[in-house]
Amino acid sequence: MKHTIAALVENKAGVLSRISGLFARRGFNIDSLAVGPTDDPQISRITIVVDGDDYIAEQVTKQLNKLIDVIKVRKLDEDMIMRRELVLIKIKLEEDQRGEVIDIAKIMNCEIVDITHTTLMIEFDNEPEKVDLLIDLLSKYKILEIARTGTIALQTGHNNVGA
Amino acid sequence: MIHALEKEGVQHIFGYPGATIAPFYDALIQSDIKHILVRHEQHAGHAASGYARVSGKPGVCVVTSGPGATNLITALATAYMDSIPIIAISGQVDSNLLGRDVFQEADITGATEPFTKYSYLVKDAADIPRIFKEAFHIASTGRPGPVLIDIPVDLQTDKAAMHFPDEVHLRGYNPTIKGHPGQVKRLVKEIRKAKRPILCVGGGVFNSHAEQNLAAFIDKAGIPTVCTLMGIGAVPTDSPLFMGQVGMHGDNLANEALSHADILILMGARVSDRAMMLPDKIKRKTKIIHVDIDPAEIGKNLDTYLPVVGDLNTILGQLLEYEVPEQVKLNREEWTKNLHDKAALMLTDETVRSGTVNPKAFAKELSKKLGDNYIYCQDVGQNQLWSAGNIEVRKGCKFLTTGGMGTMGYSIGAAVGARFATIEDGTQNARTVIAVCGDGSFQMCMMELATIVQQGLDVKVIVMRNGKLGLVREIQDKSYYGHHSEIDLTGSPDPALIAKAYGIDAYQASDIDTALGHVDKMLSSTRPALLVINVPDDESSL
Repeated sequence: MKHTIAALVENKAGVLSRISGLFARRGFNIDSLAVGPTDDPQISRITIVVDGDDYIAEQVTKQLNKLIDVIKVRKLDEDMIMRRELVLIKIKLEEDQRGEVIDIAKIMNCEIVDITHTTLMIEFDNEPEKVDLLIDLLSKYKILEIARTGTIALQTGHNNVGA
Repeated sequence: MIHALEKEGVQHIFGYPGATIAPFYDALIQSDIKHILVRHEQHAGHAASGYARVSGKPGVCVVTSGPGATNLITALATAYMDSIPIIAISGQVDSNLLGRDVFQEADITGATEPFTKYSYLVKDAADIPRIFKEAFHIASTGRPGPVLIDIPVDLQTDKAAMHFPDEVHLRGYNPTIKGHPGQVKRLVKEIRKAKRPILCVGGGVFNSHAEQNLAAFIDKAGIPTVCTLMGIGAVPTDSPLFMGQVGMHGDNLANEALSHADILILMGARVSDRAMMLPDKIKRKTKIIHVDIDPAEIGKNLDTYLPVVGDLNTILGQLLEYEVPEQVKLNREEWTKNLHDKAALMLTDETVRSGTVNPKAFAKELSKKLGDNYIYCQDVGQNQLWSAGNIEVRKGCKFLTTGGMGTMGYSIGAAVGARFATIEDGTQNARTVIAVCGDGSFQMCMMELATIVQQGLDVKVIVMRNGKLGLVREIQDKSYYGHHSEIDLTGSPDPALIAKAYGIDAYQASDIDTALGHVDKMLSSTRPALLVINVPDDESSL
C-alpha cells in the first residue's frame, strides 16, 4: 500500500542526506521524494511516497520526527489530499507519427512545449496515476527521455501541515 | 570554543591532538579545563562515555581530522546505541580546501551520520557559540546521545564576534517530558487489573535519574521487576522484588517470569533482540505497555498495547500519585511467591576446576568487596556475562557496560572517564573504580594503562584470562558443530607483565582464595593495580 507523508524541514545543508540516509539504513522503500522551499525561505516541504504496510508508514513517520532538522511530519489521509506530479517526456517521431502523438497529448490535456522535425516534448501535470497512464499510452512510440518530479500533495479543505 | 565549553561547565575533556585541532589545543593551555591525553582516539570516546554515565553530564572528547576522527567512530556508535550523551569535537581541514581530499581530510559528519544524534560542520566561526549551546542541549535532553561538532582549522582561529546565547531555539526538537495524563491513567488501570505483572527496566532509568522514583513505584505497586543488560543496577540486586536480567544471556528466572506474565511494562528499555528474543511469542500472551522518551522505540520491535511517551522519572512521579489498593497486591502474592520459590531453586554453576578460578564465583565475591557506590566498568565477551549474571549491585553502585554495540575494549577507557567524574564531584576516595575485561578485550584497550599511569588514577583492572575468545567459542560450539575457528589467542602477552612495563602493580591468581586476597591488597591502596585471574577455557557464559 502506498502512503503519502509530508514533512516540513529546516532548509539547510545536509538535511536531505540525513533523510535519504535514514531511508536506506532502515530499509524503507521510497516510491518518490519531492522537495522544495515553502513561503518561509527557512523551511522546505518534503513529500514522500512510501510503499509498505501500516508498520512501515508509522516507522517512517516516527524516525523522520526524530531527526532534529525535521520540524513536522504528517501522514496524509489518502482520501483527503490533492496529489500532483509533473512530467516532461521527449519522443522521437518516426514518419507519420506526429498526428497520433498530438492526438494523445490533446486528449490527455498535455502541453507540447518543444518540437523539432523528429522530436516532440510533452509537459503534463496531474495525479501520478494519470502520469503513469500517459507514459503507458506513449510507450508504443520511441521515448527518448522522461523526467518526473515525484508526487507532491496538500490536504484538501481546512487541514494543514503548519510549522 | 574553549569559552563555549567553559560556559557549559566542562571541567574535564578527553582527547588526542593533531594538526587540524592544533589551534584548540593552543588555546587550551590558557584554560582551567583539564585535558586527559588518551592513547587512542576510540578510548577518548569511551572515557567521555564513562564520565557521562557517572556524572550525568555530557562527556567531551576531542580529536583531529581524518584518522583521528575515524578512530572515534566506534566509540560514537557505542554511545549512540546505549543513549549516552557525548560531545565529540573534531578538527577538520581548512574550510577553503573542504572536498578536495587534502591530507587527513575525512567526511566525518557524513561518516558518523548514522551513529550520532546530530552533527555540525561549522561553516562560520560566528556560529560556534550557538552550535556548542545546541550540541550540549541535544546531547543531554530527550533520549540522550552523541553530538559531533566538526570544525575546520581556519575557523578555530577566526576572530569572529562571539555572542553566547542563553537559550536554545530548535523548532524541530521538542522531546515530550510529561506523560499524557490519559495514558498514565490507563496504565494505572492496567496495573490494578494485572494478576501476573512484570516490570522490565533498561538504561533509560539512569538517563532519567529515575532510580529513587522507580524503587518507590516498585514497592508501592508490588510488581516483580527484571532488567535488561543496560538496566543492571537500576534496581539493586538485593531488592525483594528483583528477579534478575532478561535475555539470551540473562537469568532463567527473569525469562520465565517474562513468559508467564499477563502484562509487561517496559520502562526505558528498547526491546533489543538480545533482551527479548521472541517478541512474537511474548506479545501473543502478554499485554505490552511501553514507557519511553523516544516514541520511535515504541512498537518498533514489539507490538504495543499501551504506549506512554515521556521522561521516565516524570512519569513515575505521575504514577506515584495514584494509590494501589491492598487487594491488588494481595492478588499478586501467589505470583510473586511462585517466582521467589523458583529463584531459590536456581543456582549458578560455581564448580571449581583445578588450577583455575571460577569467574562467576569470583565476580560475585569481587562485587562484595568493592564497597558501597562502586563503579564496575565491564568489557565485552564471556567476562561481561560472568559479571552481569553474578555481581551484587547494591544501591548507589554502578555497572557500566556496552549493551547495544557490544564493543570490545570499552572497559579501561570507561573506567578512566568514570574516575574523573568522581574526582570532579569529590567522591574519588569513597568510590572504587574497576575495569573488568577478558584477555581479548584487554588487548583492545591496554594502551590506556598509560593514561591511568600518566594521570595517577586509582583504577583497578581485572583481566579474566582463558587464552580464548570464549563467547565466539560458545557460538561455534552451539551453531557451527563445535568447529573452532580463529578463537585461540596464543601469542598474547602476559597482562601482568604488560602492567609491570607500565609501572602498575600486578598480581596473578589461579585459585579464588588467592585472587580475592589480591583484591584485598589492591583495594587497600590508591595506586592503580591489575590482577590476572586464570579461568577455564571451556567455562560457559551462564
